[in-house]
Amino acid sequence: MSIDYWIEKSLILYRSIIFEIMSDLTKEEISRYSRQLLLPEIGKEGQVKLKSASVLIVGCGGLGCPCAVHLAASGIGKIGLVDHDKVELSNLHRQFLHTESRVGTSKANSIKESLNQLNSDVDYVVYDTKFNKTNAVDIIKEYDVIVDATDNAPTRYLINDASVVSGKPLVSGAALRFEGQLTIYHYNKETPCYRCLFPKPPVPGTVTNCSDGGVLGVIPGIIGSLQALEVIKIITGLEPSYAGKMLLFDGLAGSFRTVTIRGRSKDCAVCGDSPSIGHQLVDYEAFCGTPMCEENKSLKILAPEERLTCSEYKESVVDKDVPHLLIDVRPAVQASVFKLNHAYNIPLSKITNNDGMNNLKEMIEDKKVNKVYFICRRGNASQKACRFTKENLTDIDNIEFKDIIGGMTSWAKEIDTETPIF
Amino acid sequence: MSNHLNIIVEFKGGMELLFDNVTKKELSLPVNSGEDGSAPVEWTIKDLINHLKEKHLKERPELFVNDDSIRPGVLILVNDVDWEILGENEYKLADGDKVLFISTLHGG
Repeated sequence: MSIDYWIEKSLILYRSIIFEIMSDLTKEEISRYSRQLLLPEIGKEGQVKLKSASVLIVGCGGLGCPCAVHLAASGIGKIGLVDHDKVELSNLHRQFLHTESRVGTSKANSIKESLNQLNSDVDYVVYDTKFNKTNAVDIIKEYDVIVDATDNAPTRYLINDASVVSGKPLVSGAALRFEGQLTIYHYNKETPCYRCLFPKPPVPGTVTNCSDGGVLGVIPGIIGSLQALEVIKIITGLEPSYAGKMLLFDGLAGSFRTVTIRGRSKDCAVCGDSPSIGHQLVDYEAFCGTPMCEENKSLKILAPEERLTCSEYKESVVDKDVPHLLIDVRPAVQASVFKLNHAYNIPLSKITNNDGMNNLKEMIEDKKVNKVYFICRRGNASQKACRFTKENLTDIDNIEFKDIIGGMTSWAKEIDTETPIF
Repeated sequence: MSNHLNIIVEFKGGMELLFDNVTKKELSLPVNSGEDGSAPVEWTIKDLINHLKEKHLKERPELFVNDDSIRPGVLILVNDVDWEILGENEYKLADGDKVLFISTLHGG
């Protein structure tokens, strides 16, 4: 008999002793969880399973809060909380475990503080760190079930691959505007992973997140709660409802629609029959062509000489009353919340069709200006608008087209702090 | 003898923004007997994608198609079943089919 054999043997014995110790519920636990213990589908056995289980929640935001609150309340033994972001005021309408007093502090810690007040028996593990290819597998392998509660494509591929190589089921949710989606990836050999469904990443610039598209707070509330429900069903040995299926929730129409999705692809790069992705994972930002976090998301479409900073615009144009047109290319709903008084709102989607160019041409001729500047929220859409205009509005000469770096967000930070940031 | 193929097309997950915010369209597609070749005898999903792009799409075609097929990140469901199971681009539409174009969401 080899040493390895005896180590393995004693580990099995050790685990069974630990399970024996944990397999009983205390008097307090029986009272505390009595209303769910009474369900024949759960019973004492199910509650012990919950107590012995560990769940990793990646993302402590709109989906993470409702999911974590239900899992903590239900008596999961260990909950891991991953997020490197800080709490912002604009999070609170949907991320209800954070508080006004914790704006500016770590999201993962903030959730833990709230959950501790709800159920202090749970072992909370905070990962206030960037989830990346070097730490993902090490963290994920410590947990039984993984919850994807993140908000961007590269992180979703990362969590998927790390869950697949670690052999963990992945309960994935998403929410935007009035809609939500939910499915369980890599539940068994028949069900697909995220890569089976989306082998090619989305083209950069085609993905909308909550901070651009908006989201009604209760939508991720519903999807995150359903994620917790699926986790509980997986742990207690009940069949999950959304493995191989996807829930499409439309809050505006009030519809829950379940669709059948494809099976596991034998050609999948990570869960296929001869996978090319292993424990080393891959570079997800390069794969998707987009960064994992928002603050780095600035496009470089225009050359530096085609752009103005907010202070250059303020000092050399506005303060000197230089005749010009300022075109605010944000969607109308954003401009209606707040825009600069002298700006004209023509949303990017209108600029890029024929009417938009005609409209702009008329304005230029009407105002007799030879300078046109574009502004948006953060300085990406304004570059697209400027480039499009330069290429398509060719029948007027000698007009200077530029965009304003950093958009209204930079204006609020650098020029006028009374400008609301949203 | 000409006929029509009647189907319902739906747009969700943000796809509706490319179609003037219309989430549901009833389409009556011409089915030619084949004599003058003005319309396909049968409609595949690929034909439908082209038709939507040419006749109904209102803005940013790059958010709908990419390299002659649907943009990565968009799921097509025919009668609530993933089009991949049905043969993707080559699936032949039948009268009464409900075709849903839904963009996968990333927000959270």
